[in-house]
Amino acid sequence: MLLIHCPYCDATLPEAEFAYAGEAHISRPADPSALSDEEWRDYLFIRTNARGPHFERWRHIHGCGRFFNAVRDTVSDRFLMTYKAGEARPDLTVKEAAE
Amino acid sequence: MSRYRIPGMGRVDPAAPVSFTFDGRSYQGLRGDTVASALLANGVHLMGRSFKYHRPRGVVTAGSEEPNALIGTSRGPGRFEPNTRATVQELRAGLTTESQNKWPSLKFDIGAVNDRAYMLFSAGFYYKTFMWPRSFWDKVYEPFIRAAAGLGKSPAEVDPDSYAHRNLHTDVLVVGGGAAGISAALTAAKSGARVVLVDENPEMGGSLLSDPSVRIDGRGSWAWLAEQLSQLRAAGVRLMTRTTAIGYYHQNFVGLVERVTDHLDQPPHGAPRERMWHVRAEQVVLAQGALEKPLVFDGNDRPGVMLAGAAQTYLNRYGVKVGDNAAVVTSHDSAWYAAFDLVDAGARVAAIADTRDSVRPDLVEAARKRGILVLTGHTATATEGRLRVKSVRVNPVRNGQVGAGRKIPCDALLICGGWTPSLHLFSHTKGSLTWDADSRTFLPDHKTEACQIAGAGRGLWGYGFVLEDGVKAGIAAAQALGRSADASDARVEGDRPGTGISQKELPTDRSPGKAKAFVDYQNDVTAKDIRLAVREGMRSIEHVKRYTTNGMATDQGKMSNINGLMIAADALGKEPPQVGLTTFRPPYTPTSFGAFAGYHKGATFEITRKTPIDPWAEAQGAVFEPVSLWRRAWYFPKAGEDMHAAVARECRATRASVGMFDASTLGKIEVAGPDAVEFMNRMYTNPWTKLQPGRCRYGLLLGEDGFIRDDGVIGRMSPDLFHVTTTTGGAARVLNMMEDYLQTEWPDLDVWLTSTTEQWATVAVNGPNARKVLEKLVEGLDLSDTNFPHMSVAECTVAGLPARLFRISFTGELGFEVNVPARHGLQLWKAIHEAGQQYDICPYGTETMHVLRAEKGYIIVGQDTDGTVTPQDAGLDWAIGKAKKDFVGKRSLSRPDIVAPNRKQLVGLLTEDGRKLEEGAQIVLDPSQSLPMTMAGHVTSSYDSVALGRPIAMAVVTGGLSRMGETVHIPMPDGTIRATITSTNFYDPAGERLKA
Ligand SMILES: [Zn+2]
Repeated sequence: MLLIHCPYCDATLPEAEFAYAGEAHISRPADPSALSDEEWRDYLFIRTNARGPHFERWRHIHGCGRFFNAVRDTVSDRFLMTYKAGEARPDLTVKEAAE
Repeated sequence: MSRYRIPGMGRVDPAAPVSFTFDGRSYQGLRGDTVASALLANGVHLMGRSFKYHRPRGVVTAGSEEPNALIGTSRGPGRFEPNTRATVQELRAGLTTESQNKWPSLKFDIGAVNDRAYMLFSAGFYYKTFMWPRSFWDKVYEPFIRAAAGLGKSPAEVDPDSYAHRNLHTDVLVVGGGAAGISAALTAAKSGARVVLVDENPEMGGSLLSDPSVRIDGRGSWAWLAEQLSQLRAAGVRLMTRTTAIGYYHQNFVGLVERVTDHLDQPPHGAPRERMWHVRAEQVVLAQGALEKPLVFDGNDRPGVMLAGAAQTYLNRYGVKVGDNAAVVTSHDSAWYAAFDLVDAGARVAAIADTRDSVRPDLVEAARKRGILVLTGHTATATEGRLRVKSVRVNPVRNGQVGAGRKIPCDALLICGGWTPSLHLFSHTKGSLTWDADSRTFLPDHKTEACQIAGAGRGLWGYGFVLEDGVKAGIAAAQALGRSADASDARVEGDRPGTGISQKELPTDRSPGKAKAFVDYQNDVTAKDIRLAVREGMRSIEHVKRYTTNGMATDQGKMSNINGLMIAADALGKEPPQVGLTTFRPPYTPTSFGAFAGYHKGATFEITRKTPIDPWAEAQGAVFEPVSLWRRAWYFPKAGEDMHAAVARECRATRASVGMFDASTLGKIEVAGPDAVEFMNRMYTNPWTKLQPGRCRYGLLLGEDGFIRDDGVIGRMSPDLFHVTTTTGGAARVLNMMEDYLQTEWPDLDVWLTSTTEQWATVAVNGPNARKVLEKLVEGLDLSDTNFPHMSVAECTVAGLPARLFRISFTGELGFEVNVPARHGLQLWKAIHEAGQQYDICPYGTETMHVLRAEKGYIIVGQDTDGTVTPQDAGLDWAIGKAKKDFVGKRSLSRPDIVAPNRKQLVGLLTEDGRKLEEGAQIVLDPSQSLPMTMAGHVTSSYDSVALGRPIAMAVVTGGLSRMGETVHIPMPDGTIRATITSTNFYDPAGERLKA
C-alpha cells in the first residue's frame, strides 16, 4: 500500500483512495483528422514503458476527484513527486541537483 | 511430573497441569508449554513423517522456523487447522492434535516405502519420472503422488471463527522483542516517540529466555528482562506478543498477525481468532535475531536430532531435557553453551564434536571440567536408530582426509551449523545483502526503507554487543524523527560471545552418493539432490531451488537456504555471492486465509446495492440476479411457474397490454453548464447541437480506439443541462472517462458532471396500454403522441411526485420511463402498479427485459459487444454524427484495421431446426473442414421468443452484414446446428408499435 501525495488536497493518503490513469504528458491531438495512420497509432498505443522514473497520471478518485501527474520510479515503486495536471513535465536533473 | 521435566527450571507453571491429546493419546503438560515442549517432556520425539519419503521425523527447533513437527490441531467442528507448528502452538486445555503424512500410524507408515524408492524421488523427479507414458499420469502417478505427498489435510468445513483487521500508526515499530529490540524500543521511547514492540512469541525476551545464567546490570537476565518490560510499559510502549510481522511493504507499511485466541482454554465469546494489523511506521527497527542452521550429514534427520539452540531453549524456557545422554556436533561456539547448560541441569553430554580444528580454549576447558569428551576437527558421518536416534558416528578429519569413525551412543543429538541473520523482512523491502566472508553469511547492506537493523539480525553475537547495538538503533530511529535520545550502556557478566563457520555438507568416508544428508527437511531435499541439479545443468540458485524444491516448503527455507547455497556454490566452483540467494517473500510464516480475509466474508464479502423497489420485489417472491454490484429482480414467478414459464408470461403480457420494470440501476450523469452541448458533441458520436430541450436521443460512447464503450438514452432538459443515462455496469467508468477529458483535455469547457444514479428511482412502463396507465397519474403534461412523441422528455408530476418523464422504449413497445427522487421510488412503483391493475399490468424482471430488447435487436454493451466492436460492426453507423469534425474515437473509425473487410459484425441468427443456441457457442462457415476449424464468430445473445414463436439469437460473424440469408454452422457436442443469418430486428421491423 503506497502513500500518494495529492497536489490538490495537499495531503499524503493511502493508495486505495487513488486510481492509476496511464502515462502522463500525452495530449490528445488538437485535430486528430490531420494525423497520419501511423501518428494516430502512436498516440493510441505507443507508450514509453520506462525502467526508472515514469511520468504518469493518477486520479484521487475517492477524494477530491482530481486527475494529477506523478513521477514514479518503476524499479523501486517509489513516488519521486506529484504535481497538478497541466503543469509542465518537471526536469528531474534539476530536482536531483537541488536535493 | 513428566519423565523429562526438571523441577525448578523453565518458565512454565508447575502448579498448572494442562491435558491434551496427540494421535488419540492423552498427555499432560504445563501452562506455558508448547505442544512440542510438552511432548518432549513426555519423552516423545517422533512428531511426524516427512513429505516425500515419509521418514520418521522429530522436532528440530523451538520456534516458528520448525520444518518437521507439523501437526493438525482442532477445537471442534470447523476449527481444524493443518500444518500447525508444534513448536508454536501453546498448550491449552482440551487441545486435540494429530501427526500428519502417515498411514496407518505414525510408528508404522506404509508410505515409508518411498524412502526405499529413493531414486524415484531424486531432484527433478516431477519433471523426469512422470513424463511417460501419458496415460499413466491420470491412473497411476497422480493418484499415487496425491495420496503419498502433500502436507496435512485441508479442512473441509466452513471456518466459524471471525478475523479482525485494524490499522495502526506509530513513530517507531520494533520487530523482535529480544535484547536488541527491547533496548532499541526503550531508547526510542525515552526520546518521546510513540513506539510499538512486537514479538511472535507468547512473551518478550527472545534468546534471553534461553540464557538465564547471563547477568545484566548486576541482575539475572530474567530479572533484568522483567524490569525492562515494566520500564517499557511505563514509557507508553505498546507491547504486542503472539504477533508476527508477516510482511514489510513500501513506505514502512508492515503487516502484523496477532494470534488472539488459539492459546486460550475458552475464547471469549465474539473474540476474533486472529487480528491483522496494518501498521504504518515512521521508522522500523528490525531486531529479528538469527536462525540456527543444521549441519548436513547422513542421517541428520532422525527423531532426537535437533538444533543445539533448541535443546537449550527446551531446557531453560520449558524445563525439559531433550535426552538423558546427548551428543553434540557443531561448527559454532553457541552449541558448547547448550551442552554446558544440559550438564549443569543433570543430563549427560557424551561428546562435543566440533568441525573446526581449533576452538576457544576456555570452551574446551569448561567442557572437560564437565566430563564432556571434546573432539575438534571432526565430522559426523552417520546416525543410527529408527524412531529415535541411538548413536552418532564421528570421524577425525586431517588435511582433508576423513579418518576412522567411532560410534558415540546418545539419545539426543544436538547439531549446530552456525547462525543466519533473519533477513526475511529486510529482503521484502528489496534491501540489498552483502556477503561476509569471515562468518560466511549474508548480512543486510543497502536499505530502501526508513529502517534500522540491530543485533544478531545483522550478524552480531553476544549480549554486550547486541544491547549496545539496540541502543544505537533506538537513537538512530529517534534522530530520524527529529528527536534526541540518550545513550545508555549495560554491563553484561557471564556473556556468551561466539563465532563459527558455515559450510557445505560434512565430509564423509563413505559414498556421498548413498548419504541421506538432508538440507531441506520439510521438502526432503538432500545434498545429493542439489549436486545432481547442478550436474544436470542448473546454474542459477533460482533454478536449483525450483528443480530440487529446496526452500520451497512452508518454512520458506529458513533453515535450508544457506546450506543449499553452500553446496550449490561448491558444486559450481563459485563463491556463494556469485551464485546468489533466492528471494524471501511475504508472509514470514504461514498465515491463515482468515487473517487475510478479515471482515470480507459472508454478507460483508462485498456490498450489495439494492434499489428502493427491491423490498417490493422480494415480498413478491422475485428471483434475483447480480448485475455488477446490484441485485436485480430477474423474474417474478407465480405459483408453479419455472423461469421459462414466468419469462414467457411476462413477455406476453408486456407486448399484449402493459408491463412495468425497475430500471433504477441505470447509470445517470448530469452534464450541466454553458458548454454542456459542446462537451456532449466531443464525447459522444452523435450530434447534440440541434437536439431541442424536451427531446432525447440514443447516445453512443466510444473509446479513443473507436470501440464501443457504453450507450444510453440522453435527454436534453434545458439548453445547458443533459440527463445522460449509461449502462448499469458502466456508470462509474463513464463518469471517470468524462472527468478525465473535462479535467485534462478540455479544462477550458465550463461544464459540471454529477453522478445522479442513486438520486433517481426509475420505473419503465411498456406496452400498448402504457399511456393509459400513466395518464391516470401524470399531471402537468399532455401524454398524447402529438404533444409527447417518441423520444421526448419532460418534467412533470407523476402520482403526486416530482418526475422526469421520458418517452423511450427498450422493448419496441410504446414506452415511458418515470424518474422520481429515489426516496419516492417505492411509492411511485406501487402507484403505477395500482393504476395498472385495470390493464393487468405485469411486473417483469431483467430476463424479460433482455428477451424483449433482443427481439428488437437492441444491443447490450458488454454482452453483444466485447471491447473490439465498432459502431459499424454493431450496425450503429446511424448514430454517428457524420458532419462532426471530431469526437472521441472518430479518428480511429478510419484506421486501416477498422475499415478492413471481414470484421466480425453483429447479425441475427435463426436456427433451421428451431433449437435454441447457446450463448458463447462458436460459429463456423464450413462444418466439414478439418480440425482445428476456423472460427467465424460466436453467439452473443440467445432467447426463446414468445412474440416470434421460436428461439432467436444475435451473433458476431466475420463479414456478417454482407452474408444476409447465408447459412452458418454451430458445432455442438451432440451435433452441428445450421442457422440462417438475418437482421437483428426480429420483431416489428418498421417500428410501428413505438409510435402508438
Ligand atoms: Zn485530492
